Amino acid sequence: MSARDEVLSRIRAAVGANAGAPPGGDSLAAGTSGEVPRDYRIRREASEGELIDLLADRLVGYRATVRRTSQAELAAAIREALTQRRARRVVVPPGLDLPALPPGVQAVADDGFSAQELDGFDGAITAAAVAVAETGTIILDGSADQGRRAITLVPDYHLCIVRADQVVALVPEAIRRLRPDRPLTLISGPSATSDIELERVEGVHGPRTLHVILVDAS
Amino acid sequence: MSTNGDPGAAPAGSMTFLGMPTAPRGVGHLRGSEPFPVAARRGLADTQQRRNLAKATASIRAKRAAVVGEVPDWEELREAARAIKAATMAHLDRYLEQLEAQVTARGGVVHWARDAGEANAIVVGLVRAAGASEAVKVKSLATDEIGLNEALAAAGIQAHETDLAELIVQLGQDWPSHILVPAIHRNRAEIREIFLREMGDVDPGLTDVPAALAEAARRHLRRRFLSAKVGISGANFAVADSGALCVVESEGNGRMCLTLPETLITVMGIEKVIPAWRDLEVFLQLLPRSSTGERMNPYTSIWTGVTPADGPRNFHLVLLDNGRTAALADETGRSALHCIRCSACMNVCPVYERAGGHAYGSIYPGPIGAILSPQLTGIEDNPSLPYASSLCGACYDVCPVKIDIPSVLVHLRARHVEAARHVGLLPGPEAITMAAAAWVMASPARFATAQRAGRIGRALGRGGPIRSLPPPLSAWTRSRDLPLPAATSFRDWWRRDHQPGKAPGQHHGEPR
Repeated sequence: MSARDEVLSRIRAAVGANAGAPPGGDSLAAGTSGEVPRDYRIRREASEGELIDLLADRLVGYRATVRRTSQAELAAAIREALTQRRARRVVVPPGLDLPALPPGVQAVADDGFSAQELDGFDGAITAAAVAVAETGTIILDGSADQGRRAITLVPDYHLCIVRADQVVALVPEAIRRLRPDRPLTLISGPSATSDIELERVEGVHGPRTLHVILVDAS
Repeated sequence: MSTNGDPGAAPAGSMTFLGMPTAPRGVGHLRGSEPFPVAARRGLADTQQRRNLAKATASIRAKRAAVVGEVPDWEELREAARAIKAATMAHLDRYLEQLEAQVTARGGVVHWARDAGEANAIVVGLVRAAGASEAVKVKSLATDEIGLNEALAAAGIQAHETDLAELIVQLGQDWPSHILVPAIHRNRAEIREIFLREMGDVDPGLTDVPAALAEAARRHLRRRFLSAKVGISGANFAVADSGALCVVESEGNGRMCLTLPETLITVMGIEKVIPAWRDLEVFLQLLPRSSTGERMNPYTSIWTGVTPADGPRNFHLVLLDNGRTAALADETGRSALHCIRCSACMNVCPVYERAGGHAYGSIYPGPIGAILSPQLTGIEDNPSLPYASSLCGACYDVCPVKIDIPSVLVHLRARHVEAARHVGLLPGPEAITMAAAAWVMASPARFATAQRAGRIGRALGRGGPIRSLPPPLSAWTRSRDLPLPAATSFRDWWRRDHQPGKAPGQHHGEPR
């Protein structure tokens, strides 16, 4: 018997006669888990302003740098962030619309650079797919304005632009907006470790500086 | 319960429970070289480790309590998680088949492994096929469980642990003592010593400031990440209906291993599957708060098969049994498979805090290890673990998926006694004591009499705890102190203090 068949037959023997007949008949195909009580919160009513305030508060708690701005001021905010960082050469996903950058700053569209090449950039600028206010989480899904996963991983600086209409309150609201067949990265602050005496240290292998620009709706 | 396993196909030397082969001996890290009481005594004598552990567990308990306290629907989330896991176990075969189909449809390759040896052989073969002689690894309990690093080394393949704590453990030629913070038994000064001695490329002026130690690890691993051809990971969750795999981490070493190499090999226990995409919304809320005491961990990666022009070109998923079906066959013990490896139970456990993780002998220490390891190996190979608990119940209270660990411990003790009787061993003092206690507690009159008799025991303690009882009860006190029996039992005190017509609170005597 193949290992596959043997493990499956062990499982069937272990769980007994009801194996193979999931609750609710066809529900398996529909992707439900049978009789699971879902009495937890799946929505939280809040204004965009409240959500953005909460998200900003959580991100600052993770020691990310947060800047609130309006659509009209976005270009200035990006320029200010890059100047502050003294970034000269940044990688950007091919589908990201960027305003004019400050003189001396070069934005290079990702062309499938190797990891070593990405290591030579001063940072990356991307948009986001969804953000979760209660947990301070930004989610990237690999869309054209976010790019492949490596560009926000290898360079030491990530500048992420989040629009107010992308912010939800709760994790379930975010999960229901996302597609599982896309590569997803959930980011809650810069990389960190608590492995030494449980003392939190920001910045290990991922970008050590996370800069978030939150763009208000109006 | 059916027992139609095929013992003929079981690897030589492995045990079975209800016909299900358990994890084989001689490979992996599920068995200690000595019983828990012996190993625990050494842990107790290690004052440095006890100090490190007391500080670390107290700090993480406080963090967890704060972030759990702010979630208004925490109990509803726990109940949903419990129900999802129970439903998964009841139809595990179907969900695994569905996961396999989804991963395959999206360009991944699924492998099945009956046990540790088979899983190791699969991974060794895949690394060789990729033409690599080294691999970068994300912290993974499943690969620690099967002794993958040793198997790779034996095949001439070097595995580099990249999680900071796992790196500390690997460089120190040490063994993890906690599932979340494997180097919890090491303090900063010890870690600095290990780095200076083992890293080779480290600045000799390295201080023991945690930020400086983390920076040293970043430099040490950076080149490896950027040039690695093969990454090896575990999985926190695998979603059956979509084929999505999920790894939860903090440092970014996980993202490096999951994203940069051409080939990714993920080893996961078969119990890690969850049925539906939206089930993730439950676990992604429960796990970080229970584990690191954060609202969310810094990085979570979710991927499905192979994505064109993003991440690895080859993805292999190894589904591991290694005794899990033996646990599944025990309807009570099965809930140990619900564990999402958060480690909250060890952080609240008074036994773990004092004995330390190494005392459990298995890669799974603490309360969850005490119920998981004996089921994976067969109780014969870990007979002392179900007794490594005072049954205080703190582990159950904090478990994010509501595993009733105390009840499973008691159940496994009964199984142990039953197994010992089965092979013709005389019942030990513990079995006799438990049987006698059951008889006494079954009748109020017998219980009252026994309690009065127990007061005589005060003479043995001379005002302090009783350190040793006369045989055969010495078997009990060999590894425990017995508290001095109360001068007045609760029942006697209640009767005296709550006589009809007397106002409550008029004390005639203290309850003790």
